[in-house]
Amino acid sequence: MTTAGNESGDKRTTGGGLRTGEQVRWGERVIETIIKLAGVSVIVIVTLIFLFLLKEGLPTFLDIPLRQLFGRRWYPIEGMFGLVPLLVGSLLVTVGAVIIAVPLGLITAIYLGEIAPPWLREILKPIIEMLAGIPSIVLGFLGWVALAPLIQRMGAPTGLTAFTGSLILAYMALPTIISISEDALYAVPKEYRDGALAIGATQWQTIWRVVLPAARTGIVIAVMLGVARAIGETMAVMMVTGNAANIPKLGPGMFFSPVRTMTATIAAEMGEVAQGSLHYSTLFGIGIVLFLVTFAINSLAARLVGTGGARRTRRGQL
Amino acid sequence: MCKTFQGLPGLLLILALMLSVSACQGRRPQDSASTAGEEDANRAIQNKGSDTLVNLALAWAEAYREVDPSVSIAVTGGGSGTGIAALINGTVDIANASRKMKEKEIAAAEENGVTPVEFTVAIDALAIIVNLENPVDELTIPQLSDMYTGRITNWKDVGGKDEPIILLSRETNSGTHVYFLDEVVRKGEKENEDIFAPQTLLMPSSVGITSEIRRNPNAIGYDGLGYVDPEHEKMIAVARDADGPYVAPSVASGADGSYPISRGLYMYTAGVPDGVIKTYLDWIRGPEGQAIVAELGFVPLPQE
Repeated sequence: MTTAGNESGDKRTTGGGLRTGEQVRWGERVIETIIKLAGVSVIVIVTLIFLFLLKEGLPTFLDIPLRQLFGRRWYPIEGMFGLVPLLVGSLLVTVGAVIIAVPLGLITAIYLGEIAPPWLREILKPIIEMLAGIPSIVLGFLGWVALAPLIQRMGAPTGLTAFTGSLILAYMALPTIISISEDALYAVPKEYRDGALAIGATQWQTIWRVVLPAARTGIVIAVMLGVARAIGETMAVMMVTGNAANIPKLGPGMFFSPVRTMTATIAAEMGEVAQGSLHYSTLFGIGIVLFLVTFAINSLAARLVGTGGARRTRRGQL
Repeated sequence: MCKTFQGLPGLLLILALMLSVSACQGRRPQDSASTAGEEDANRAIQNKGSDTLVNLALAWAEAYREVDPSVSIAVTGGGSGTGIAALINGTVDIANASRKMKEKEIAAAEENGVTPVEFTVAIDALAIIVNLENPVDELTIPQLSDMYTGRITNWKDVGGKDEPIILLSRETNSGTHVYFLDEVVRKGEKENEDIFAPQTLLMPSSVGITSEIRRNPNAIGYDGLGYVDPEHEKMIAVARDADGPYVAPSVASGADGSYPISRGLYMYTAGVPDGVIKTYLDWIRGPEGQAIVAELGFVPLPQE
């Protein structure tokens, strides 16, 4: 958006300098206004969505005592509205997905961007981007039919576990993470690599010490987008995590027990709930919690990236 | 520039969603308006009673609009007792009940000059299913209750292998879930406040339960009889208590009431029905109406 603003700003000065008539400037202004409107409307819509969420979900936080919201049981038809199992469920599935997807995605991106010969890169990249186009429900189905029995055979009491969900989500986040971090690596100016190699660094040292830090911003954005996709995913997760509102015992085994995520809860219970009931507003309350969690992740990422990094990437993209 | 255009499809999607939501909300008043309008044509059926049946009755009423658009059917819940009382007072045409009318109610009706006629419209029977490899064949309701509340967590305590029990259930929004909660987890006791153990896996569909049963030798679940395939899942014979006879679920044992987790669902009319009401009841008990019964997870009536 900022890039677009700069471009049109430059053109306006040239147009004014050459004095090519009112029509061109008028046309410029229309286009600028349209672009501005499109930008502003996104902000307006996000605000409206949040206000709507607040309006529908606020009774949750007013009518249910906090102690109950932090309870360990989610059984809304008997008035038990403990959100802890759902939070733990979402957290386990997402953390699992990040642990699997980030290293794998980064390594793949480094291979594609720095090591693979150009012809191989030209073949691999479109294929990876095609993976992003697989509908999540298809992945969910795959997880349900193929992955869950596999995990059960590995010794888990049931194949429908947080780990199964993490695997599916990791697979979903991978194309985003690979594609965007590879773009970021690609945008690092060739002079950086040449410089590093010229002072005697090995290829690995160049990648680790020079290219990766230079592409930091883009990589953080890639991970963030991948995580955002993971935490918001619903249907595929609902199919493979078992949906038991249970808080697993702390330890590595917790990834192999069934969990119920926030998104799956909303999706599963929205259909039959009476409008205006406490249960109904609690589902919106979960929506608010999800919104805040995503917002927190985004702000944290923005802080990590910092402004200096952002400018560097923008120049890279130009 | 690039970013703005990336946002556009998403923006359109959100707008479309908003429109569809408002469209859904706008539909309801129109429905009731058209119902009120058609009542004047004297082709309206008043249908009231059981909350168990209300969704089924609504689905029938909705589907019947396409069969005969000139008949409008107003469905209300409130409970079996309410529906039967309204029938006795002559304010409804059809009363829905998830139990048979009591002697007292029939007497009261006849005093008012109303002869109630009973129609079984569906059977509500739940089969308890396990994996074919599971050695357990029969369970009592108290045992099932102990399993589903988490008091028993190992199959060896109910005569099976030394393996953990994996509990499967439908989602809480399912009527079947509530029925199972009332009749099995709480053993039909009014004051009982037991609920499902937190480790119970909640499946979004009946098929979810059957396919997990097929591949997990330690799983136990429940499903409407119509969804069970005896070649792939084993149905458990259930007894009311340790002394009672163990009965396997079937359409026959469901219909005659010997299977403990089943009950008939009834519609009562004032006197032998004729005209529109008779046609409607015949349609409900026919293949089209019974297809809807199966869709909503109840046991359809056997078709001759």
